Amino acid sequence: MAVKENPYKKYLREDRLPHIFCPGCGNGIVMNAFFKGLEGSDVDFDNVSMVSGIGCSSRIPGYVKCDSLHTTHGRALSFATGLKVGNPNQDVVVFTGDGDAASIGGNHLIHAARRNIDLTVICINNNIYGMTGGQISPTSPKGSFGTTAPYGSRDVPFDLASLVTAAGASYVARWTTAHPMQLAKAITKGLENKGFSFIEAVSQCPTYYGRKNKLKTPVLGMDYLKANSVTKRRSEKMSEEELIGKIIVGEFANRPHKELCDNEEDLVNENYDGGLAIKSAFWEEF
Amino acid sequence: MNIIDSMLCKGCDICISVCPKDVYAKSKEVNSKDVYVPYPANQEACVKCGLCEISCPDQALYVDREVE
Amino acid sequence: MVEERFVLGNEACALGAIAAGCRFFAGYPITPSTEIAENMSVLLPKNGGSFVQMEDEIASAGAIIGASWSGVKSMTATSGPGISLMQENIGYGVITETPIVIINVQRGSPSTGQPTMSSQSDMMQARWGSHGDYETIALSPSSVQEFFDFTIKAFNLAEEYRVPVLVMSDEVVGHMREKLIIPDSVDIVKRVRPELEEGEQYLPYDAPENGVTPMPAFGDGFNVHVTGLTHDKRGYPDTNDAETHTDLVERLCDKILKNKDKICSYKEEFCDDAEIVVVSYGSPYRSVLTAVKEAREEGIKVGSLKIDTPWPFPDEEISKLAENATDFIMPEMNLGQMVHELERVAGKDANVHLIGKIGGVLHTPEEILEKIKEVASKKED
Ligand SMILES: Cc1ncc(C[n+]2csc(CCOP(=O)(O)OP(=O)(O)O)c2C)c(N)n1
Ligand code: SF4
Ligand code: SF4
Ligand code: SF4
Repeated sequence: MAVKENPYKKYLREDRLPHIFCPGCGNGIVMNAFFKGLEGSDVDFDNVSMVSGIGCSSRIPGYVKCDSLHTTHGRALSFATGLKVGNPNQDVVVFTGDGDAASIGGNHLIHAARRNIDLTVICINNNIYGMTGGQISPTSPKGSFGTTAPYGSRDVPFDLASLVTAAGASYVARWTTAHPMQLAKAITKGLENKGFSFIEAVSQCPTYYGRKNKLKTPVLGMDYLKANSVTKRRSEKMSEEELIGKIIVGEFANRPHKELCDNEEDLVNENYDGGLAIKSAFWEEF
Repeated sequence: MNIIDSMLCKGCDICISVCPKDVYAKSKEVNSKDVYVPYPANQEACVKCGLCEISCPDQALYVDREVE
Repeated sequence: MVEERFVLGNEACALGAIAAGCRFFAGYPITPSTEIAENMSVLLPKNGGSFVQMEDEIASAGAIIGASWSGVKSMTATSGPGISLMQENIGYGVITETPIVIINVQRGSPSTGQPTMSSQSDMMQARWGSHGDYETIALSPSSVQEFFDFTIKAFNLAEEYRVPVLVMSDEVVGHMREKLIIPDSVDIVKRVRPELEEGEQYLPYDAPENGVTPMPAFGDGFNVHVTGLTHDKRGYPDTNDAETHTDLVERLCDKILKNKDKICSYKEEFCDDAEIVVVSYGSPYRSVLTAVKEAREEGIKVGSLKIDTPWPFPDEEISKLAENATDFIMPEMNLGQMVHELERVAGKDANVHLIGKIGGVLHTPEEILEKIKEVASKKED
């Protein structure tokens, strides 16, 4: 008889549970969706390496029973680039937050997308800096409150899925924690896409975003996400005005093209014969 | 029976909210962390869709799929 | 077969890296280090390696750490502004014990300064540049041959102690053409994978006596969690416990401090009876020897100590020289950086004199000779 436990728990380092996330934080849901997406894909869990930056969302890889690199704030994609190019046989998955990916790491994000390096990036967008206590982020909606926007944010936020699409990623999708099944499916596609895959998971941070923006409980936060989501297809028939405050969900890009590691390998094969040298650090002789 | 691991549950009530069949209700008793852990008050209604399992942020929830 | 070539210092560095087993380079163009990246972009594909031009130096430092964890020896090269950008990730390399090599071809600074001119003004940044307590290994070549040799040595030290190693070169050495002898084989330190007994729990940061734990590559099946947070022996974050933090940071420092005698490298010339010792590192050494020989001809008891590894600083050797010497002279292409170390070690027993020079032009032998004579004459008074 199978163990009577949550089906996603087997992927986690049990000696680290419960994890540090606040009650009802969306991070745990996105983590589950990732495992479900993985199960639905042709990717083998044993072949997965994870990378993250700094933030609540970036703590996820540390709980997963696999090799994981918890790096510096904003730089996860730089580290992931070296990790993947160094050994293209691994399936490298990056967890990042909106602050991590789009603020301090914004430049790395667009360049990784441009190179179409074969990474699956799951960006948990809770519209705020959770780890540091509720400051606004580049995705905080206009008018939303944070500890550094006591009068409400005045800037126009980034539309991450569109930004990364424009930068050249071959697979881009956005869903929310209120759509875990769709999110899992998008992650499956992202994992199977040989190229840069970016899955934006809009999520609730009840502790900071919720408290500052009248969405105090996790359930209120998720209800808000659900009520304000519009599918990509429907959004195309809506006016700009109607779309204010809406979260467009669905697939933004699905256009496979040559990715960075394949380009590197082609370069070697075209100019010199012989494959890529991996794990050179363990070699005996030169 | 669907099981909720009271060691892991943080009492966020997401399971209660997402279940399309209203299977869960809040219990009257708290766990060691002062959390009111939900319980499957309406187990027969469960259609095993797995939505509660994937939506539980703390991997506390197990849906019993064995045929009784 | 031994090969002899006439090459640019920066090219010698790239050739050294390839010989040492480097198979990944990530970098961003910056004068006067760019030829290293350019040469690596030619050499790596030829040798089955990968070259990636990153979007900036922060990304370059991150990428080589990622590559190192994939099991590949990796390197980046930069200068002035670029090395400043890399500092945070260098600290990450220190706390995660990631072997990487960083080449700094120093130029006139601060800020954008003098891109095409030489300096040694990042020596203290090499030691203290990233936040926190840590120890550094840095090598300073004074010739094209040394740029090749020290790059290999840097890779070997990085693997042996699981640390980032800096090669603190400068524009003079980077842009000079000289004869390079490439041996047919070089000594390589290869990485050691952990070995587990049946059923044994894997503790990635449970260090043996020498403080250095074996290092797996991602994908080897060890399921290692690597974090820049203070971590316990399992690699798990443990950020509020004073003891965990003390144990970790002290071990990281001790790896270098306790092996100082093995890491430190220097060359002594005419030092046996020396009353005056000229202490140098990197390109200024090129002028030192001529000056010392000339001073000897004039009967001055002067010697030369050429330091290959400014970090860790060779305290012991200098203390020994200070038993006989009354004066130390240090030519540096800055306004006084390593001279503070010399002062710290020898200052109680001897006089320490700096010949600080900035602007990008190397000290001439005459300048050094003049100082030697001046110091010698004061001694007579
Ligand atoms: C260089 C640097 N600057 C600032 C910080 C402080 N810091 C830690 S996490 C964080 C923001 C995290 O926000 P986000 O990426 O959205 O993740 P979340 O916590 O919301 O999941 C900041 C600013 C840091 N660790 N490093
Ligand atoms: S602060 Fe917000 S994002 Fe961070 S764990 Fe708590 S709820 Fe989640
Ligand atoms: S499996 Fe579906 S129906 Fe059953 S309790 Fe969970 S959410 Fe409700
Ligand atoms: S969703 Fe999970 S953590 Fe939240 S109340 Fe239900 S069982 Fe507990």
